[in-house]
Amino acid sequence: MKQKLTKWRLFTVFGLMALVLSGCGEPFLSTLIPAGEAGQTAYDLMMLSTWIMVGVVIVVSILFAVAVIKFRRKKGDTTIPKQVEGSHILEIVWTVIPILLLIILTIPTVIATFDLADTKAMDKKNEDGTTDVMVVNVRANLYWWEFEYPNQKIITSQDLVVPTGQKVYFNVKATDVKHSFWIPAAGGKIDTNVENVNQIWLEFDNEKAAEADNLFYGKCAELCGPSHALMDFKVRALPQGEFDQWVTAMQAVDAEAAEAAPTNPTAAAGQEVFNQKCLSCHAVTTADARPEAARTAPNLANFGDREMVAGILEHDEEELKKWIANPEQYKPGNKMTGTYGELSDQELDQLAAYLMSLKVEQ
Amino acid sequence: MSSIAHTQKRGFAGTVWDYLTTVDHKKIAILYLLAGGFFFIVGGIEAMMIRIQLAVPNNDFVSAGLFNEIITMHGTTMIFLAAMPLLFAFMNAVMPLQIGARDVAFPFINALGFWLFFFGGLFLNLSWFLGGAPDAGWTSYASLSLASEGHGIDFYALGLQISGFGTLMGGINFLVTIINMRAPGMTYMRMPLFTWTTFVASALILFAFPPLTVGLFMLIFDRMFGSGFFDVAMGGNTIIWEHFFWIFGHPEVYILVLPAFGIFSEIFPTFARKRLFGYSSMVFATVLIGFLGFMVWAHHMFTTGLGPIANAIFAVATMAIAVPTGIKIFNWIMTIWGGSIQFTVPMLYAVAFIPSFVMGGVTGVMQAAAPADYQFHDTYFIVAHFHYVIVGGIVLGLLGGAHFYWPLMFGTMLSEKLGKITFVLFLTGFHLTFFIQHFLGLMGMPRRVWTFLPGQGLEAGNLISSIGAAFMAVGIIIMLVNVVITQKKNIQVGRDPWKDGRTLEWSLPSPTPFYNFKQLPLVRGLDPFWIEKMEGKTEMTPAEPIGDIHMPNNSFVPFVISLGLFIAAFGAMYHADEGKGWAIPVLIIGMLVTFGAMLYRSIKDDHGYHIHKEDLLDDAGKGGTH
Repeated sequence: MKQKLTKWRLFTVFGLMALVLSGCGEPFLSTLIPAGEAGQTAYDLMMLSTWIMVGVVIVVSILFAVAVIKFRRKKGDTTIPKQVEGSHILEIVWTVIPILLLIILTIPTVIATFDLADTKAMDKKNEDGTTDVMVVNVRANLYWWEFEYPNQKIITSQDLVVPTGQKVYFNVKATDVKHSFWIPAAGGKIDTNVENVNQIWLEFDNEKAAEADNLFYGKCAELCGPSHALMDFKVRALPQGEFDQWVTAMQAVDAEAAEAAPTNPTAAAGQEVFNQKCLSCHAVTTADARPEAARTAPNLANFGDREMVAGILEHDEEELKKWIANPEQYKPGNKMTGTYGELSDQELDQLAAYLMSLKVEQ
Repeated sequence: MSSIAHTQKRGFAGTVWDYLTTVDHKKIAILYLLAGGFFFIVGGIEAMMIRIQLAVPNNDFVSAGLFNEIITMHGTTMIFLAAMPLLFAFMNAVMPLQIGARDVAFPFINALGFWLFFFGGLFLNLSWFLGGAPDAGWTSYASLSLASEGHGIDFYALGLQISGFGTLMGGINFLVTIINMRAPGMTYMRMPLFTWTTFVASALILFAFPPLTVGLFMLIFDRMFGSGFFDVAMGGNTIIWEHFFWIFGHPEVYILVLPAFGIFSEIFPTFARKRLFGYSSMVFATVLIGFLGFMVWAHHMFTTGLGPIANAIFAVATMAIAVPTGIKIFNWIMTIWGGSIQFTVPMLYAVAFIPSFVMGGVTGVMQAAAPADYQFHDTYFIVAHFHYVIVGGIVLGLLGGAHFYWPLMFGTMLSEKLGKITFVLFLTGFHLTFFIQHFLGLMGMPRRVWTFLPGQGLEAGNLISSIGAAFMAVGIIIMLVNVVITQKKNIQVGRDPWKDGRTLEWSLPSPTPFYNFKQLPLVRGLDPFWIEKMEGKTEMTPAEPIGDIHMPNNSFVPFVISLGLFIAAFGAMYHADEGKGWAIPVLIIGMLVTFGAMLYRSIKDDHGYHIHKEDLLDDAGKGGTH
């Protein structure tokens, strides 16, 4: 009976393993396909610990299986086995060997802990307050993300754009409740606390980014309310040249450019609606000079370039209209619902056309 | 009240009254088993709803807000209202018998502990019907729990506070009992491992619950009385809550798993017919795990931003726990090595526990590596890990323990056949549900998500996981059927039903007399009953002549004290609402009920009663039956 059971269980385990090992997940999301140095460090440690532990599991399983199979009671056997008190030698063996295994794991753990926490470079400020390294200030809000580039003096949201092949340093915090900033393929997460700024660095390899079509998924990893599961963001990792172009294009969206009416008449009408109903929260300039506390909604300056609507819906006018018409249906508990009244179908069409026209990239 | 009147058969109302007022540890054990079993079913239904919701992407079986309430209540219920009381059931039923005591040190407090737990749990679960359950996760991190609307979090804080008092009292009671009430010859190093683990777990309760109490009081005051401990705008700090919670929360894991280890340490020697291998190192490992359990709480906070020094220290400290745990695993294997193993249902759970728990243990060490944990943290990898530990360790222990101690508690034997069916279904379902979740986490699925979008490679894993959960549910349903059938047939099995009982509890007649030991037994070594049996005896050698036995009277006061706090909690919770002027009077009335009952208890002398020698001799003629 027992033998059958053990076999059955092993079957299940191996079956599952075969199924799972056939793929390590998607390159834009999986921690098992690291996209850069920070992710690789974590991955190496994960693999080292996994192999040590697989070894432990195998040793225990063999001992266990032998004991269970060899020493089962025959029918009608009434003999009393020898009552063994213990063994000092064995106790020492299974105390010392685990200690040695743990030391093997401890050393790279401590080294990696300090490496990944080394953000000194971002604290070295030049006279004008800028840094020589790439810095992004991340602000997590109920179900949306703001990304501020202090050196480039631009603000965007929902789609983080970073250059590949260099360390990108992040200052992260939250405005309402605690969230956690996580780009699984790029590396570990860091909590965005409400009372302090945390720092972390990540890096995106050029080739790895290309394998993932230069687009990674980011997630909120700390329960933050009903739409926690939907608090996604996207990361576009671009080669340095393309990134510089993007920065230049973003910087060009000043107040003047933003106020100019779009050529498309529907979009122009949409701008009217937007200015009435949305502008008090959403900015359309990349150099939003308002203080953080006033920036209560995602910056939309390059909305037309983004990957998804609200981080979760297909990026087209239909989905956009559905989202604006009833955001509660898509992100329950969000802060936008009910702040702008009812919109007519015509207004929705106009708004969607206008928002989609907000592009900085050609 | 004479002893014999006490044992008369009574009607249904009489039985209910008896249980409402009982101070007998064996009956309190049954109360804990019933209440814990009920909450286990409730938590299980919540688990099934979670897995149905996550079976396919973009599912809308439950809404986002409701899902958060379900996961919060699933975790809170399973830890505080199912696992803890079920373990308390076995501690109450078995530990006093194992050390040769006639009851726990404070029978009144024992009853009070149960009723506090019960009313706390009831209060918490009433949230479902009174405006919504708590929705900030079982950890209830402060920024989210302060932002949460409605009264859900208030139910959480007040309910856990009340039931936490009960747990703390229970823990202290067990400590005093084990220190003071061991039978002659029962030295510390002759105590059965289950008694040892009860002892260490109770010590952990003593030190771990006060931080929770303090944290909950701060949360209660922040939410209901306008303080600002965790309110950043008022100069508070939310990280403090995380520390309080995990200084409690990590030892809590050991409070739960150590007694489960204890149950397995009783099952292995019994069904291998071989004494526990390395008894003294097992005791040492238990104490060491308990001690180290307080040194590692910040590994739950690696991503909070404590800095590399704290993270490195807590990483190394956490890894150290693997050593004593490893000692235990190898000692169990060596216990059955060379033994004569009989695969009864309890033994099946015990042997299945070893590989299952090792799986959970090794992923724990992997998470201790802080930089790797930056990836694991708050993903399904963690969900998989702690379910491997909690289900693979604690729940298998509870199920094995239920089958093992059923004859001791009820005098009947659960069906082995149905038990084996439950075992196969539950174990298969367990591995099917949780093994795959490791990979879901590594593939980028955060935990506590109410839905997931298609196209992220997460569909297959989630579906498999949900199918596994169905297996577990069917297994538990069959176990319930087993219980009903067994109790309906009511075939009494008598003394030492497993035939290979080694410790004092099996030396007693079945059902156990309400005074437990007519004469306190003389303990001559580890496994005292086994020693006597090996010398051809069927009973323990008494350590005293037959004499009068002093017994405590039943009391309704514990119920009333707990009821008062239950009433007061409603007043505290609603007093901040507009137009609820009745709230403050209710708070006051509730506290008056509680303090009045305590005053009554203090003023009225209750000396208990004696069972006279003559009655005991009479009783002996009937085989010590109840």
